[in-house]
Amino acid sequence: MKRDVEALISTTLRAGVTISVVVMFTGIIFTFVHHRDYFSSRPALGELTASATSFPHSVPDVLHGVARARGQAIAMLGILLLIATPVVRVAISVVLFAVERDRRYVLITSAVLLLLVISLLTGLGE
Amino acid sequence: MTPLAFVIVVFLISILGGYLGALLGLGGGLIVIPALTLLLHVDIRLAIGASIISVIATSSGAAAAYVREHLANVRVAMFLELGTTVGAMTGAYLAGRVQPRWLYVLFGAMLIYSAAAMLRGVHAVPPDEPVGRVSEWLQLSGSYFDHQRNEKVPYPVRRPLLGLGLMYGAGAVSGLLGVGSGALKVTAMDLGMGLPMKVSTATSNLMIGVTAAASAGLYFARGQVDPFIAAPVALGVLGGALVGSRQLRHFPTTLLRGVFVAVLFVIAAQMIARGLLH
Repeated sequence: MKRDVEALISTTLRAGVTISVVVMFTGIIFTFVHHRDYFSSRPALGELTASATSFPHSVPDVLHGVARARGQAIAMLGILLLIATPVVRVAISVVLFAVERDRRYVLITSAVLLLLVISLLTGLGE
Repeated sequence: MTPLAFVIVVFLISILGGYLGALLGLGGGLIVIPALTLLLHVDIRLAIGASIISVIATSSGAAAAYVREHLANVRVAMFLELGTTVGAMTGAYLAGRVQPRWLYVLFGAMLIYSAAAMLRGVHAVPPDEPVGRVSEWLQLSGSYFDHQRNEKVPYPVRRPLLGLGLMYGAGAVSGLLGVGSGALKVTAMDLGMGLPMKVSTATSNLMIGVTAAASAGLYFARGQVDPFIAAPVALGVLGGALVGSRQLRHFPTTLLRGVFVAVLFVIAAQMIARGLLH
């Protein structure tokens, strides 16, 4: 495989990681800014880490929360961007193999991408 | 503990998980899950959700360096990902239909067997075995620069179909149990396909992110990904993975193999304990 192809895959991963780090970190900062008691209150932690704790767990809820600058929702958006990173990496690989006219790997990579998107969407839909 | 202290402790512990994960081709769950549940008393469902995110973080953070350095074999990863994604879908389908208790024990026993095989230096692939038509057709063989020997080391990739089958199994186990995909991937490439140790861990790192992303949607929708836990885990793991991925090339292979085998025993013990206590 050509060296610049690998460099592009590497850059994709790095970009996905960098963006999600910035968003997750912003989310954590917002969480603490909105809840000053999180700096000192001990009972508050129980509510945040118990199994019954409430946080957004659907894409519309996350986006809704982000629009209202809610820390947990912003952190979750960063997590969703991180989840998307390997998917985007596979998608970009399809394009790169196509540019190289490597039909076998266009086929293999497209199949992986298709399976990945199907399982991601069925998971989200459950 | 205050929420602030919690975030800082989770972040610091996760650095270790990401560091080890990047070096060994694992997702960091072996550190993150016990630290969250035993030390910080987080609900196991949320700990597993955070560990899925930690797998993606280790993978993306470390693989960026490994792909650039040609330690990870992109073709091998793409081909084997066919097996892991179908396996992960099978596992997710079976989850809830099979009793996971004995699966944990079985998985633990499999890891002990693999660790013992690696310890004795058993290699399923004889060094003079020809590459074979499938591997040639897929142009799987590659080379990497060995910083210990200071030379470029070409390596053949053999038994790709066996590897594909093993990856299907590895994907099914991780889809079913939400853990352990990296440990099985590295052993499948090391024992099953006879790849160099560093190529196995680096390529596993590239692959585990895809396997985890396939099931991450499910964990997210079920409400198992708590941002207050998963975000500091991801940030810490990414930091650790960044450092680990810069050090892998300077690590002596025998040391790496020794640490990997030791970690396999630890994961096996965790799995058997979880199965028996289930």
